[in-house]
Amino acid sequence: MIKKLAKYIKQYKKDSILTPIFVIFEVIMEVLIPYLMARIIDVGIQNSDLNYIFKIGAILVVSAFLSLTFGMLSGRYAAKASAGFAKNLRQGMFYNIQNFSFTNIDKFSTSSLVTRLTTDVTNVQMAFQMIIRILVRAPIMLIFALIMAFNVNSKLAWIFVVTMPILAVVLFFIAIKAHPYFEKVFKKYDSLNRVVGENLNAIRVVKAYNREKHEEEKFGNVNDEVYKLFKTAEKIVAFNSPAMQLTIYTCILLLSWLGAKLIVGGSMQTGELSSIITYAWQILSSLMMISMVFVMIIIAESSAERIIEVLDEESTIKNKENPVKKVKDGSITFDHVSFQYDDAKAEDELPLENINIDIKAGETIGIIGATGSSKSTIVNLIPRLYDVTKGSIKVGGVDVRDYDLETLRNEVAVVLQKNVLFSGTIKENLRWGNKDASDEELVRVCKLAQADDFIQEFPDKYDTVLDQGGTNVSGGQKQRLCIARALLKKPKILILDDSTSAVDTKTDALIRKAFREEIPNTTKIIIAQRITSVEDADRIIVLDDGKINGIGTSKDLLKTNAIYQEVYESQKKGEEDDGEAKQEEQE
Amino acid sequence: MMEKQNKKNKNKNTLKTAKRLLKYVTGTYKVQFVIVCISIIISALVSVLGVQFLKYLIDDFIVPLMGNQNPDYSSLLKAVIAMGVVYLIGVVSTYLYNRLMINISQGILHNIRKEMFEHMQTLPIRYFDSHPHGETMSTYTNDVDTLRQCISQSIPQVFSCAISMIAVLIAMFATDIYLSIVVLVMVAIMVVVARFFGSRSSKNFVDQQRNISIVNGYIEEMMAGQKVVKVFCHEEENKERFDELNEALCNSMTKANSYANTLMPCIANIGNLGYVLIAVIGGVLAVNGILTIGSIAAFLQYIKAFTNPLGQVSQQMNSIIMALAGAERIFALIDEDSEKDNGYVTLVNCKEENGKIVEVEERTGMWAWKHPHHDGTVTYTKLRGDVEFEHVKFGYEPKKEVLHDISLVANAGEKVSFVGATGAGKTTITNLINRFYDIQGGKIRYDGINIKKIRKQDLRRSLGMVLQDTSLFTGTIRENIRYGKLNATDEEVEEAAKLSNADKFIKHLSKGYDTMIDGSGEGLSQGQRQLLSIARAALNNPPVLILDEATSSIDTRTEKVVQDGMDQLMKGRTVFVIAHRLSTIKNSDLIMVLDHGTIMERGKHDDLIKKHGMYYGLYTGAIEID
Repeated sequence: MIKKLAKYIKQYKKDSILTPIFVIFEVIMEVLIPYLMARIIDVGIQNSDLNYIFKIGAILVVSAFLSLTFGMLSGRYAAKASAGFAKNLRQGMFYNIQNFSFTNIDKFSTSSLVTRLTTDVTNVQMAFQMIIRILVRAPIMLIFALIMAFNVNSKLAWIFVVTMPILAVVLFFIAIKAHPYFEKVFKKYDSLNRVVGENLNAIRVVKAYNREKHEEEKFGNVNDEVYKLFKTAEKIVAFNSPAMQLTIYTCILLLSWLGAKLIVGGSMQTGELSSIITYAWQILSSLMMISMVFVMIIIAESSAERIIEVLDEESTIKNKENPVKKVKDGSITFDHVSFQYDDAKAEDELPLENINIDIKAGETIGIIGATGSSKSTIVNLIPRLYDVTKGSIKVGGVDVRDYDLETLRNEVAVVLQKNVLFSGTIKENLRWGNKDASDEELVRVCKLAQADDFIQEFPDKYDTVLDQGGTNVSGGQKQRLCIARALLKKPKILILDDSTSAVDTKTDALIRKAFREEIPNTTKIIIAQRITSVEDADRIIVLDDGKINGIGTSKDLLKTNAIYQEVYESQKKGEEDDGEAKQEEQE
Repeated sequence: MMEKQNKKNKNKNTLKTAKRLLKYVTGTYKVQFVIVCISIIISALVSVLGVQFLKYLIDDFIVPLMGNQNPDYSSLLKAVIAMGVVYLIGVVSTYLYNRLMINISQGILHNIRKEMFEHMQTLPIRYFDSHPHGETMSTYTNDVDTLRQCISQSIPQVFSCAISMIAVLIAMFATDIYLSIVVLVMVAIMVVVARFFGSRSSKNFVDQQRNISIVNGYIEEMMAGQKVVKVFCHEEENKERFDELNEALCNSMTKANSYANTLMPCIANIGNLGYVLIAVIGGVLAVNGILTIGSIAAFLQYIKAFTNPLGQVSQQMNSIIMALAGAERIFALIDEDSEKDNGYVTLVNCKEENGKIVEVEERTGMWAWKHPHHDGTVTYTKLRGDVEFEHVKFGYEPKKEVLHDISLVANAGEKVSFVGATGAGKTTITNLINRFYDIQGGKIRYDGINIKKIRKQDLRRSLGMVLQDTSLFTGTIRENIRYGKLNATDEEVEEAAKLSNADKFIKHLSKGYDTMIDGSGEGLSQGQRQLLSIARAALNNPPVLILDEATSSIDTRTEKVVQDGMDQLMKGRTVFVIAHRLSTIKNSDLIMVLDHGTIMERGKHDDLIKKHGMYYGLYTGAIEID
């Protein structure tokens, strides 16, 4: 795990190495300083040697400045290294997510990806900074202090050799004991967030059903659990400081008692006693630091695991070697295609089963079918948003898996059912389709998608700023913008997945008319609920439970296909009586 | 001037927040808090005493024994044992306050979270409209979490440090005044330095926080739109933009942490310089016999004992500032005004006896409005489901009226539909019936009673609602349907699912009704989610039902089946329907055509068609509906 993460230090290797180096220098100074201080008392003051005091004092001042310099440098490099490391981790994840296939995206929920990119990275960053600073500092401090203590008085220093391991064991035990509880706490935190998040999203339902109390209960349960777990975890950690104090006080008492005897016996000086006590503090507080970092690392560990999950996730859809970089035409062939989602269980029914279709370039195909009949699934396979489970799909006579992904997706434009506009101007959003498109080009596709009229009505026209998710335009307007955006790609195949559901029938008809006249060579596949949207297609596919129930023109299907007849009846009935105006528009 | 004033106000607010936070501590956990304070004081004093101990040990016990051939260690032993006892008390107090602090801090967090959530349930819909969910969420997570660190670590530490510093200061002055003054000067310098770095680092922390929210926002938008990104091969452009934002965040983070990291070595080394200064001055004094060696040794310890806590306090400052900012947001949520409810008319079970309505305890399936009057009498009105709008005016903002003079009568058992373009005010009208929003003019009557007089809880109990945005919860499908009626049996749940035609797809799932679904509904299609939410409303079985684009993502064939089921269920009851597929509302008893908040046409389908007006335009597709 550490190896994998360490790769992301990259250009901050220098800072990450310099930090501990300066920390080491800083520690040396910090250990040296009490030693020099002891010399002042024991040699200078005892012997009333003012010169000596000044001399050592001067050395001390220099040491303090050096210590300060090293301390500042290590602090700066540590900040740079850890912030940089965090940056690289975020970038690594974000880049990898950009390579995700739809299957990968489905696997992680949006909110979990956001947490991984934010909170989890912060946790790891904190731990990293701790490691390169404290985890280097504390053991070195401990070793140096121990050496110095032995140097001052080896007999007394043995006290540390005995007490230190005891404290280490206790602290380690506390950390080990607390770890599982902390892990549970963080898991429970996820549930707590989920309850709050769902409550916020569903607040109207909650209020409409008078379920405030029910929600409070739900939240109360999770809240109680977080409380209990956290308390248990912290109760264990609460032994940390007293254990540390107990050890240190014991040391001081032992040092005082034994030290007094040594001093009286004449084999030790008073200054030495006070400096060895200083070392006692240093040794034991380093241990304390180590145990603290230990807890931090334990907390960060689960975050690190979640980050690595994203970093390690391999895209299920990749380019072949020497992929085909040109799509000949917009013909599509489904050859015995079956499809199953990755997370499905064996007993689940196949969303698509044994689909065979031949679509000629330039043809217009309509697809209708009931909710859950896999209409979207079938078209998502064409630009390889998902890969087929069995059989093959050919575009322009070549298996889609042999194409370069970018080439394929540029030639096969999908207007998704759940479409998204991004915060930014209309122009910026449209240029997602082709970033080099000229303004005239934008207007041309918007005219095709019947979007130009309403855009011209906005005060800022094409520079109108859209809110996140495009919430400041109506549903129908949003759909037309999405169509225009797709058209800008000049694709050989255009797929509209229920993309005109909020557009009125008249505009819908105008869009289809524009398609017919302006882009006759583009293959068009239109999924719709509305029969009028597909009625004039060259062929209509009726999907039922993942199988093709019928293919043909509207006329043929009306004669032969029961489902089509039923849908047609349910929508057309009654319209016939007053539909003359509409008939005219559709001509 | 203004800036100064603002700063002053801000300081005042911060102080207010801190005080209020303290109230949580002293309110529920008074006794424990007092014990904590005492324990901290004892613990801090003991550690100061420990330093003092060394001086006594050297001056009073060790020096007299020096050179003694047969030293008598018994008094020394006594002193050491006495000190041992003192230390033990210190250790016990340390444990005690650490332990009690857990009760207090976790208890407060528990209560604050609870208070926040429970208060949030009472807030008007308006609040949720105007506050981004992400922001509210982060109050529960980030803000409460910084508060935890602040209460459980920073506050005790700062308190304990303050006590130690005061005690050390007293001890110092007791030992030697001149040296003490030198130390004070050093401390003053430290404080200045700490403030310098502190203000820089908190400014940079603010920058960091802002950059974090920008990066988070970008990540959230792109993660939500990831599928569109793929379809448009927009990965490289995204990476570029992300790199820019990420770099800015990294820069401000580096700066903020650099300052924070530099603070500690600065304080420590100013301490070291102080140490040298004291050693030199003390040395001079000792050589001249003014000070004992023990005093100097102790003094040097004092400096350590004084600068250590100062360093710790300065380290905690950032966390305290951040926590107070968080607490301010928490309190802002808690202080948000609740939905007002002055209703006194309640909904009760009833039965008819000799033509009169009598209130009963048990469920009879028959409901009545219990209407107490000023003169003490109580009248009962049978719940029928008549809804009447009388010259209703409404605007989300006071000055922007979106509904103008709406009048309509929906009699029990009628199906009333609203059609019109986006922004025409269809959803707004239905949101007024259940009082998600309160009207600004006119009256709405429910069974002849002004809805302002009806207790909101009872009003909403009598109205079912299915929204286009389905809002399901994480849990099994069964649990989600049961949300409509919490005590429903499994049979009732399945009955409702059959009625809404959801049963068909549920049966296809490998675990059937016990299939777990995600709140965001991954794995289910939008249409399937809508079927579930219709089943939920069917189980609720209300006298009045509002269907707001409830079937927009369901194919027309299934929709027809659902529609028939709902028509069956709602026979004799009032239904309000908003739909953009006009085929589903043709059989309505009353169709209202809305445009820009005004009713343009009303009547039955056939009449409206004949009129060749706006409805005709909508129906034939000449006008866009959304």
